[in-house]
Amino acid sequence: MMIPVLAYFAVFCYAPMAGIIMAFQKYKPSTGLLHSKWVGLKNFTTFFNSYYFVRLLRNTITLSLKDIAFSFPAAIIFALMLNEVRSKFFKKTVQTISYLPYFISLVVVCGLVADFTEAGGVISNLFAKLGGPSGGLLSNPKYFHGIFVASNIWQNLGYSSIVYISALSAIDPQLYEAARVDGATRWQQTIHITLPALMPTIIIMLILRVGNIMTVSYQKVILLYSPATYDTADVISTFVYRKGLIDNDYGYSTAVGLFNSICNLFLITFTNKLSKKYTETSLW
Amino acid sequence: MKKFTYETVIHYIICLILAFLALLCILPIIHVFFSSISDPKLLTANKGLVLHPLGKATLDGYRLVFNNNTLVRGYINTIIYVISGTTIGMIETIFAAYVLSRKNVPGAGIMTFIISFTMLFGGGLIPTYLVVSNLGMLDTVWAIILPNCVSVFNIMIMRTSFKSIPDGLVEAAEMDGAGHFQVLFKVVLPVSKSILAVVTLFYVIQHWNSWFHTAIYVKNRNLFPLQILLREIVLKNSTQAFADGNDPEELNLMKLLVKYAVIMVSIVPMMMVYPFVQRYFVTGVMVGSIKE
Repeated sequence: MMIPVLAYFAVFCYAPMAGIIMAFQKYKPSTGLLHSKWVGLKNFTTFFNSYYFVRLLRNTITLSLKDIAFSFPAAIIFALMLNEVRSKFFKKTVQTISYLPYFISLVVVCGLVADFTEAGGVISNLFAKLGGPSGGLLSNPKYFHGIFVASNIWQNLGYSSIVYISALSAIDPQLYEAARVDGATRWQQTIHITLPALMPTIIIMLILRVGNIMTVSYQKVILLYSPATYDTADVISTFVYRKGLIDNDYGYSTAVGLFNSICNLFLITFTNKLSKKYTETSLW
Repeated sequence: MKKFTYETVIHYIICLILAFLALLCILPIIHVFFSSISDPKLLTANKGLVLHPLGKATLDGYRLVFNNNTLVRGYINTIIYVISGTTIGMIETIFAAYVLSRKNVPGAGIMTFIISFTMLFGGGLIPTYLVVSNLGMLDTVWAIILPNCVSVFNIMIMRTSFKSIPDGLVEAAEMDGAGHFQVLFKVVLPVSKSILAVVTLFYVIQHWNSWFHTAIYVKNRNLFPLQILLREIVLKNSTQAFADGNDPEELNLMKLLVKYAVIMVSIVPMMMVYPFVQRYFVTGVMVGSIKE
């Protein structure tokens, strides 16, 4: 019964791992993996010494950190606010509506983003009216990160709050009862009961997110960026995509990709270790 | 009589903020909907949100979409890919989850490791591309369906859910001489409806929304799913998908309508489905967050 699954992972996950060898080669499709010229670490040193290295690393990390700084607390605050609502119907309605953007495809979301922030788009016009620059925001490198993060929040706010809402519903109501008897205000209850109860969930989610700092949603970046915004928008994985599939520089592109995967592996192992040590919650 | 306190004020402010956020979530969709039925000439001149049909409401955009062979073809392709991709994915996921959920399976530890390790590390874009290419899958349906047809996350949440089935149920069936397939289909699956719904939903969403694989592996326009055509129309402002048979001037006006109409057509199925399966995916997310 395991054969189909193992076959799948062998072909689509482990066979490509063998291809990593080409990161150390001057790979040519005509000569293949076995006969391409061996160049050692040259692909890596070229990358580390190139003008792109600093820019890509900076963009990848700042884009991720900004996303964490805003999206992460947003979901928690949203869940906490929903928790305060007394009307069941209102709560249910807001929840259902907030999940909606999650089910819209990335292509359409990016299409909407482009529609609103290109020159003449609704948000661009609004910005111009408020004294911002006229012209399209999307083609302005200064605003790429903002657009990226804001649209991420728009799409994922509701969905990523589910985890917290479920954790909130698991809190024993007697705790609140007791706090009320002692005269605690709503705010004090939130600080002293709700937040501590949410902590384990928050920490697990944070580990997961921090472990993925080097993975930016490259599909989204590819859909949204343009040569005009490469300066702030280009991240490691989109560079891998362009070098590899558009410029056909296979060996070099694989080397850059490998660098990214290794950073990722290291980060997730590290955050997992940290959390095991300090919180007793870990992924493995 | 309720007392008008500080806390009730806060409560109403919170409700207001939430209502505003909910509004923000649907406003873009409303804008797209009313744009899709507006008069294209007024639409070109318009600068703000469209919250009612501009001019006389028209269904021209939708007429163009449904009379267009490329777009209809893309829609049908998407449906085919969703059904076949989800079926393959579900079969593999159910089998793997079942095996890994049973006790005393020889090699279960190693198999779990082999599967989960792929979440942490992979060959990367180019090596994967070359594997697909060497298998002769470029420009075929298989390149769209097979890579990524199984998700480790889905296997893991299903396994966790299968594990929570009382051992007694399975053991009783085995005492009666049921084989693995009988246990799976007659005992395990019937009591796992909610996790089956969740994982099916995850696969359906994944295949419905997927575009990147097609973009890198497939050049044949007849195989394009809707998302790739959407990308051309919505993000690249290309009219290639519906250019044939329309005169250029009309085309430019119609471009806008088609753009909004095709967005609506692509998101409506998902919007109809998700509210009904909502309660299931809440369980799904919860199962996923339970650690072994």
